[in-house]
Amino acid sequence: MSNETHTPYYVPEASYWPIVGSFGLLGLGLGAAGYLQGLAWGMPVLLLGAAVTVVMTVGWFADVIRERAAGLYSPQMARSFRWGMIWFIFSEVMFFAAFFGALFYVRVFAVPWLGGEDPATSRFLWDGVVLSWPTAGPGFLDLDFTPMAAWGLPAVNTLILLTSGVTLAVAHHAMRHGRQGRVLVFLAATIVLGALFLGIQIYEYGHAWRDLGLRPDTGIYGALFYMLTGFHGLHVWIGVIMLAVMLVRVWAGHFTAGRHFGFEAAAWYWHFVDVVWLGLFLFVYVL
Amino acid sequence: MSSVATHPDHGAHAAAKPRGFLRRWVLTTSHKDIGTLYLLFSLAMFFIGGAMAMVIRAELFQPGMDFVDPYFFNQMTTVHGLVMVFGAVMPAFVGLANWMVPLQIGAPDMALPRMNNWSFWLLPAAFSMMLVTFFLPGGAPAAGWTMYPPLVLQTGMAFPFLIFAVHIAGISSIMGAINIIATILNLRAPGMGLLKMPLFVWTWLVTAFLLIAVIPVLAGAITMLLTDQYFGTSFFSAAGGGDPVLYQHIFWFFGHPEVYILILPAFGIVSTILPAFARKPLFGYTSMVYAVASIAFLSFIVWGHHMFTVGMPTAGTLFFMFATMLIAVPTGVKVFNWLATLWRGALTFETPMLFALAFVVLFTIGGLSGIMLAIAPVDFQYHDTYFVVAHFHYVLVSGSIFAIMAAVYFWLPKWTGVMYSERLGKLHFWTSVVAMNLVFFPQHFLGLAGMPRRIADYPVEFMEWNMVSSVGAFAYGAAQLIFVWTVIQCMRGRGKPAPAKPWEGAEGLEWTVPSPAPHHTFHEPPKVV
Ligand SMILES: [Cu+2]
Repeated sequence: MSNETHTPYYVPEASYWPIVGSFGLLGLGLGAAGYLQGLAWGMPVLLLGAAVTVVMTVGWFADVIRERAAGLYSPQMARSFRWGMIWFIFSEVMFFAAFFGALFYVRVFAVPWLGGEDPATSRFLWDGVVLSWPTAGPGFLDLDFTPMAAWGLPAVNTLILLTSGVTLAVAHHAMRHGRQGRVLVFLAATIVLGALFLGIQIYEYGHAWRDLGLRPDTGIYGALFYMLTGFHGLHVWIGVIMLAVMLVRVWAGHFTAGRHFGFEAAAWYWHFVDVVWLGLFLFVYVL
Repeated sequence: MSSVATHPDHGAHAAAKPRGFLRRWVLTTSHKDIGTLYLLFSLAMFFIGGAMAMVIRAELFQPGMDFVDPYFFNQMTTVHGLVMVFGAVMPAFVGLANWMVPLQIGAPDMALPRMNNWSFWLLPAAFSMMLVTFFLPGGAPAAGWTMYPPLVLQTGMAFPFLIFAVHIAGISSIMGAINIIATILNLRAPGMGLLKMPLFVWTWLVTAFLLIAVIPVLAGAITMLLTDQYFGTSFFSAAGGGDPVLYQHIFWFFGHPEVYILILPAFGIVSTILPAFARKPLFGYTSMVYAVASIAFLSFIVWGHHMFTVGMPTAGTLFFMFATMLIAVPTGVKVFNWLATLWRGALTFETPMLFALAFVVLFTIGGLSGIMLAIAPVDFQYHDTYFVVAHFHYVLVSGSIFAIMAAVYFWLPKWTGVMYSERLGKLHFWTSVVAMNLVFFPQHFLGLAGMPRRIADYPVEFMEWNMVSSVGAFAYGAAQLIFVWTVIQCMRGRGKPAPAKPWEGAEGLEWTVPSPAPHHTFHEPPKVV
């Protein structure tokens, strides 16, 4: 808004990436739908769409990095990127809110109503069952599953992810003071911790699946557990990729103490993923 | 890293339009061309969804099964709703925002021009995926646009196509909203403080916030549908401890703000047009802004009014009932301000003004029937009847779509450089306004008499009003051809050349640039005092 000394706002020329991206997402959607319906072309189209989407993402960001290096971006442009990232993260918060909302609704309303808290209600819904959280529901009462315990590996994983938030904050601080070596060390540490978290999650999934009898089809508990941790894990994975790209860019000397928004955006994203995990650990594992 | 695809001398922008169809329309980063694409896409969807409405009204012309089988009828009502909400009205407003927000705030373009292109080009992907389901075994989705489980899980092969189509349309909406919000917050001309922004910009700022807040929630809901169908989860199945009502809560947490997404930009348009043709400043600008903000806030805490008959604790019913009725207060403020703007104005009645005036009257009818529906004991009677259909079509057709029409006539001279035919515009208006009331006013009576919605057949005593409604629908459909012709004539440059400011009483930066607006505007931001 404040353009006392006005630098023209950079409006990029025509670009192929958006239309390539549209075909990529169309391929992903069509392919996934076809695959789920058992059609032979489903998986190939899905993979093609995924490949196109990856090429688009890489190509588009490469363009942005080149334009920035060429000095085309004014501080005003940087603010647009900032607003864009902030509102994108807000949309992600609301996406998780849908699943947390489902969790709270099920725990506070659905299961007590169904499970005989008030016999006058539950008699009409599912006569004669008594349920309490965690449950796989009245249709799966003979199902033998053990809910995830909080204070084993999940607690360790929480510690790992929280530590990664701290190391990233240290890296960010070092970035602002132009200490590139320190940035590299702590950013690398963050990535290692993130990858470690993902590894432990995968191990935990195997443990839950084989030993605890806990699968996505283990009633509402299994559904919520895998939906929440699954989407969180996906976001950690995306975050690790973002941070890895930033590591390369730090190493290549793209950033200065004053200008490092790419790094900052990735850091914001990582802290958001961190906070989601805290909610998850509290409401899915502990309580 | 040193090779640069774009010229580094960023000051030297070619003023000419890019040559060639591909560069001009497919690869474009111009907010004006993307706005045009959005509007044309919306017009096409308007006719596709409209054709489905014609099938519905033809079948309902008289009792009995006349033209289509009931299952196809259900596909018509379902896809009509989805296409009109996500394919016609929302893209039309985004198109208007694309064209007008940068012009109204003195910005050179949208904040993120390439992402703007992507937002648009995802829409043809999403809707080709949705419409192709008509040709799949089992046909298109038929469980209603709200996609309630367990019914929607009985959809045939179309089911995952529907889910991913809505996902892609949602991604488009979120990116479009992020772009608009970033543009408004970051690209305003120097001197344009928040409380100096035109109301269309204000309403879109709030709308964009609503979009970013609730479209992801819809995405979550339909993702749970998908996993319930294919991965054995039990979100909406009581056998697994889930609850089908859970879906309705999540859906309407999205759905109610969504209806304000469909109407707030219309408020902005009407607040722009009424002062222009009353030749008076808008009455109560600041209260308009606060009204929009409070409507947006309230929209998050009223979703339960869609679910009174589904059942919820009495405290919940009462809360949602009173919270909903509270929305009448800020909405009443807006209607009062519009009337006060007209009061003792030097009114003229060009086509945009006619549509805007009809909006004020007819949207208010829809708002009042909304208050009736908000009263829980009364809603027990009205729920899922034609009264509800009449209510939301008054809000959406004579509300959203009339506002879109008003906006198109108002800004068409700026877009094309020629004046539309006032004679045809007025003909379009009067046929539309008469036909619209013929279609939907009788549906109030039908609903109060107990005719249920989404049913292909009905008892013979409902026949007369259904016939009136159907005749009105065909007339309304035909009247829109006048609109298409009028717009095509302008796009071909047939008509009187338009001056930079064709409307005597119009205010705003968009009228300071020539008509048609050149390819690049406000490369240097104007000073706003
Ligand atoms: Cu509502």
